[in-house]
Amino acid sequence: MQLAVNIAVLAAIYALISCGYVLIYRATRVLSLAHGELMMLGAYGLYATASLFSGHPVAAVAAAGVLALAVGVLVYFALMWRMTGESVLAAVLATIALGILLRGLMALAFGTQTRHPLAELGWTNASIAVGEDAFVSGVGLVLVLATAAVYGLLFAFLRFTRWGIRMRAAGQNPLLAAQRGIGLHGIYALAWGLATFTGGLAGMLIASDAGLESTMVVIGLKAFPAALVGGLDSLAGALLGSIVIAAAEVLMVHHVDPLLSDVVPFFILLAMLIVRPWGFFGSREELDRV
Amino acid sequence: MTVPRASGYFRTRYAEDFALLDTRTRKAWAALFAAALLVYPFLAGPLALDLANQVLLGAVGAVALMLLTGYAGQISLGHAGLLAAGAFTTGILFKEFGAPFWVTLPASALVGAALGLIFGLPSLRLRGLYLAVSTLALHFIVIHLGAEYETKRGFSTGILVDPPSIGGWQLYDARAWYFVLLAAAAATVLFSLNLLRSKTGRAWRAIHGREAVAGALGISVHRAKLSAFVVSSMLTAVAGCLFAYFRGFVSVEAFSLFLTIQYVAMVIIGGMGSILGAVLGTVFVILFPYFIEWLMEAAGLAEELAAVVFAVNYSAFGLVMILFLVFEPQGLVGVWRRIQAWFLMWPFKQKPLAGTK
Repeated sequence: MQLAVNIAVLAAIYALISCGYVLIYRATRVLSLAHGELMMLGAYGLYATASLFSGHPVAAVAAAGVLALAVGVLVYFALMWRMTGESVLAAVLATIALGILLRGLMALAFGTQTRHPLAELGWTNASIAVGEDAFVSGVGLVLVLATAAVYGLLFAFLRFTRWGIRMRAAGQNPLLAAQRGIGLHGIYALAWGLATFTGGLAGMLIASDAGLESTMVVIGLKAFPAALVGGLDSLAGALLGSIVIAAAEVLMVHHVDPLLSDVVPFFILLAMLIVRPWGFFGSREELDRV
Repeated sequence: MTVPRASGYFRTRYAEDFALLDTRTRKAWAALFAAALLVYPFLAGPLALDLANQVLLGAVGAVALMLLTGYAGQISLGHAGLLAAGAFTTGILFKEFGAPFWVTLPASALVGAALGLIFGLPSLRLRGLYLAVSTLALHFIVIHLGAEYETKRGFSTGILVDPPSIGGWQLYDARAWYFVLLAAAAATVLFSLNLLRSKTGRAWRAIHGREAVAGALGISVHRAKLSAFVVSSMLTAVAGCLFAYFRGFVSVEAFSLFLTIQYVAMVIIGGMGSILGAVLGTVFVILFPYFIEWLMEAAGLAEELAAVVFAVNYSAFGLVMILFLVFEPQGLVGVWRRIQAWFLMWPFKQKPLAGTK
């Protein structure tokens, strides 16, 4: 039972992070390897707003969310729009360089010790009993609920709203979309904003649960196989991929060796790349397009 | 192969197209440069000598990555993993069997070649991003195996490796290392230049240009891709072996993802598709942290920032990489070629249009 709860929480973490990879890839065909750092930036944003709005935790969380969204849009307009039309390699390398830059700047601005945004907000992380002999932390429960909400909203957004439909169109064929009067830069910026927002949300929740330190970047990287196993251009795939990866990781760590935690996602990724490179739900022609 | 870059020089034989050094002036400059490299360790201080050693060691790995990424066009993010594979092969063989360097060096090369073959296999089905991702997986798997060995055998802080010895003489002195590394780097550069003007090298450039066309021209795309992976990984693993002996110490912490990023940066900053670029990029990336340190001291901030030197380095490094990607995608070699062209063209500013000369 405890294992199932652990799997659910870890899957929620991976799913919340990997939808950022999917959003950016689906709209702009760029793989953002700075996602882990952007996630951490979101968490530091919460830490900063928590001390700024002390006494108003809800306002602090809202402000941190808006901040994350703004950072994503800023990243697009400051850097990534220059990379549109460049080779895939150049764009991916630009995100790597951005990641290094952010990592350095965050260490300069916030130091390197572990931070606890939750304590700063004045909330506590209670342990809640699930069933008879399993426990989940309060933040873990919020994580699962937040992931469900984010995925529900994203599905609705992409299917029913005008901007969501535009985003899908821009992802399918940028040239045709542009000729139909869709402003690509606006769409791409929105994709970056949403991805950074969801990533930032994941960062804030992880930081609330386990403290905020530089190892968070590794979690961001480990979520990335989840996106790929499910199919890089499919949100439903990211969800399924996260569950598969989380289940495999928790079971392997529990039954075989705790050291495996960092490699299990990548083993699954390799197996998937050999058997079915486009993932569970990814579209097959994507392979030839990159 | 290359366009003649001297005024008044015209090629009359096909062999001249393949010459590494075409004019007498270039031969003279090359000889002068070689002489300068040989004299350097006797003039340089200890710090300058150490820097030169680091550059020469880095150049082996950077040239290997350039062959794969810059020429064959295959993206790899597993470079640190391959270096680690070479270093750990050396470390493990030394620790377990007390193997001398003339066993560990070929063994590392073999392990590198095998890994290159295994991780080149996905490249037959995957392109671009997906390939980069599978090489990233390689990185994590090799690092995991290394960490596993370290903890299981009780070398949790790392493996100590004695300096290599030839008939009782130990390679310990920085000046001796300089010549060994210089020989290794020179051999790598010459090997690569030679390979690039052979059939294999031309096949690599062709698949980089467009795979479908290369296939239509009768080039086996599979073989070209795999050979690029194997050659590059082999050279990288040899660099890893040298790294293990040079540092005298192997530990997984040394082979983080940041090392991969540094090597990729060498290739980017130096300029894609040029061996000279790989070397220039290595010089830049290795010297960069020292330059930052010097800047901090000059600005009088050294003491304030002492605790966060790594953060300053990361930020500056990321910024420089972004600036190069955005404003100078051709890298340092592009700058160098522009300077050359300026002198060649003088007093004109532009090359004449093709067909009008």
